[in-house]
Amino acid sequence: MKLFAELIRTLDSTNKTTLKVEALTRYFENAPDKDKVWAIAILSHRRPPRPVNTTLLREWATELANIPLWLFEESYHIVGDLAETIALIIPASDSSSDKSLNQFLLEIIELKKLSELEKKEYLHKNWLELNYYERFVFSKLITGSFRIGVSQKLMTRALAKATEIDEDILAYKLMGNWEPSKITYTQLILEENEEDYLSKPYPFYLAYALESEVEELGDVKDWSAEHKWDGIRSQVIIRNNELFVWSRGEELVTDKYPEFQAFINTIPNGTVMDGEILPYPKGEIGTFNDLQTRIGRKTVSKALLEKTPVILKVYDLLEWNGEDIRTEPFKRRREILEDLVSQISTEAIPLQLSKSISFNTWEEVALERERSREEKSEGLMLKKLDSPYLVGRKKGDWWKWKVAPLTIDAVLTYAMRGHGRRSNLFTDYTFGLWDEEKNELVTFAKAYSGLTDAEFRKVDAWIKRNTLERFGPVRSVTPHHVFEIAFEGIAESKRHKSGVATRFPRILRWRQDKKINEANTLEDLKALIQ
Amino acid sequence: MSNPLLVFNDKGIYCEQARVYLDPWQPVDHAIISHGHADHSRWGHKKYITHHSNVPIIKHRLGEIVVTGKEWNETFTINGVKFSLHPAGHIIGSSQIRVEYKGEVWVFTGDYKMEDDGVAVPYESVKCHSFITECTFGLPAFKWTPQDQVMTDVNNWWQQNREDGRTSILFGYSLGKAQRLLKYLDPSIGKIYTHGAIENMTEVLRPQLSMPETIRITRDTKKEELKGSMVLAPPSAHGTPWIRKMVPYVTASASGWMTFRGARRRRAIDKGFVLSDHCDWQGLLQAIEGTGCEKVICTHGYTDIFSRFLREKGYDARTEETQYEGEIGELEAKSEIEKDPEPVDKITSL
Repeated sequence: MKLFAELIRTLDSTNKTTLKVEALTRYFENAPDKDKVWAIAILSHRRPPRPVNTTLLREWATELANIPLWLFEESYHIVGDLAETIALIIPASDSSSDKSLNQFLLEIIELKKLSELEKKEYLHKNWLELNYYERFVFSKLITGSFRIGVSQKLMTRALAKATEIDEDILAYKLMGNWEPSKITYTQLILEENEEDYLSKPYPFYLAYALESEVEELGDVKDWSAEHKWDGIRSQVIIRNNELFVWSRGEELVTDKYPEFQAFINTIPNGTVMDGEILPYPKGEIGTFNDLQTRIGRKTVSKALLEKTPVILKVYDLLEWNGEDIRTEPFKRRREILEDLVSQISTEAIPLQLSKSISFNTWEEVALERERSREEKSEGLMLKKLDSPYLVGRKKGDWWKWKVAPLTIDAVLTYAMRGHGRRSNLFTDYTFGLWDEEKNELVTFAKAYSGLTDAEFRKVDAWIKRNTLERFGPVRSVTPHHVFEIAFEGIAESKRHKSGVATRFPRILRWRQDKKINEANTLEDLKALIQ
Repeated sequence: MSNPLLVFNDKGIYCEQARVYLDPWQPVDHAIISHGHADHSRWGHKKYITHHSNVPIIKHRLGEIVVTGKEWNETFTINGVKFSLHPAGHIIGSSQIRVEYKGEVWVFTGDYKMEDDGVAVPYESVKCHSFITECTFGLPAFKWTPQDQVMTDVNNWWQQNREDGRTSILFGYSLGKAQRLLKYLDPSIGKIYTHGAIENMTEVLRPQLSMPETIRITRDTKKEELKGSMVLAPPSAHGTPWIRKMVPYVTASASGWMTFRGARRRRAIDKGFVLSDHCDWQGLLQAIEGTGCEKVICTHGYTDIFSRFLREKGYDARTEETQYEGEIGELEAKSEIEKDPEPVDKITSL
């Protein structure tokens, strides 16, 4: 634990990527194997199930700090991180623990089975014994998500340096469903093991947004184009008469989409497809809002399956006849894929090909892009015909070319403090549009991004001086500032007060030139729904 | 019931009986000033009264003003109201202002801290009925480490950076924090360079405080001589072209806000040292208890939260709006711009 806490402290005290990689490499060179497996698991967001709910954690930490619960809550809103708040408010200790990271995690796993009283005793004992950083890390292990400015990619790079194993191979090894408490470092990293690969997806290839003019991509004949679908990017695996569905967040979501079980008898074993899960109510592509009803559910009711079925819009083939074909050119992979899809009855199974667009000039591609909203897509994907399927986000071969977002001018009405690097800063905003009849602002969207740090600081300072009312962490502010809000899609919604749901709302710019009576109305927004 | 001895109006904290303002934020005739930071000592008053060790500071900042310096505990009476200044321990020359009329005593803290930093005359507890206090860090999350330990960490950090061939850039207020850091930097490690804003203020304070030698960074300062050195700079210099000369460098900030991991990461500073010239949570509670007061008025900081906590402890506590720096987490950087005696643009264009 000492070593791991020290690693976190080092990662915390630099903003430079090279120094972070150095610190991680040193850790992977020196830590015990079992600890390494856990460090890899934690930094790739695989954590043991939370053994204690956060309400109890707050109560127990508060007891130890000898303050009222409301004061803990207020502190938490300001600090912006539960584990950090706990570490800060508990009386300081200078001691440190010799227990290994592995030992701590095994204890945390066991903790789930203990009685409430035993859990409390265990936490109190450790909180009091550990020094500030160890206490922070310990609490973080219990509360979950370990976001400390280290991406999985960065961690993989350090691991590659420490082991001298290729980074892409490591990325592949780290994918999928492995259990840190059951796997050894040798099994996970060092040795090859065929059986484990049954459920394993390939790392996704992710595209960057096109920033230059499309003509600069070169000869149009070298490129393929298709619509960019707004669903859940997924890999569907059929191996050994079993189906596995992986989302881009490397989450196994097979159980959420039972309709895909039909693939098993239709698609040959040894096939891995890359595509987008899309909602398909009433036999056509629905909105992301429809899909939202499926994402959250662990068990899917029959009624929901009928109301909001899904399809897989497939666009790439990564494995065929049990062979990894990622190094084959895109053109060849598409040929096999199209051949496969043409042989199955897409009436019978929820699978559709994401069609390639035919064109001769970049102008024709641009015209097709303009039709995106009709096609219910977000724009186009441009893929180089000779490109292999790469690992991670890489520039050059694949580009997303989205349509310009829809925009509307809205008034800032509520604000909340952010988390992480935005803790103690009001950065999470709610925006309203005018209801002309009632002459009042109606909330229509929340947005957290789009301003520069300097702008956020300005708005934050203004909010602190212009608060009307406080509702716990939320403040209402004097309607004064107008922001241009961009979003990708729009649909009617019964869940929203405004009657409209927007997709990916974000702040495009701060319209300091506009007064609040110049902001848009709800009617203006509704007019954007086709 | 008669009017309270001190009231909060649109110009500042006002004593009607004496027709005197404490730390006013609008121009007035008579102002008693707690200390030299810009939000407490503003420009444009006809007459200033402050502790004599603050006189050179506000003269440097405000230019030609009419100012009278007083000693600690020296009572001066204005229209029957007895005033006296008492050490606040915040920065050099920082005072609490005691106000007494017909046996009723009020104390206004300005800004203060409990720890003796060896730079400012340490905080002295003054008995009173009503205590007007800041609470910049009025949350239980704030708990300071002793200065010795923090300064050992700072010097170790500098030593390590020097061994790695990097320049150490340490950010702190040009008035107060910079001199406190400077006093405890270990000149045996290397040379200490200063940003112009800090050098100017340090020159003003050298007659009052012994500090290691410093070198002002100018247009002629060579890149090579900075390597491995310590550079003291105001927070406003962060992210400006002025810094480029110091490549390769690592940055650190010394501030109470560095308690929060997010505060450091947000500003893209490498290292945060938790070192403040304000009270931490326990410090505030101890100070209030020490005065034996019944009434507490919180002026700036986490005022709502802190006064609610005090009310639950049985105090008659409330919040008053002032223009002193409030709860705003980013204020250390923002106010620094106001506090820099030279405009930032001029410095960064060097």
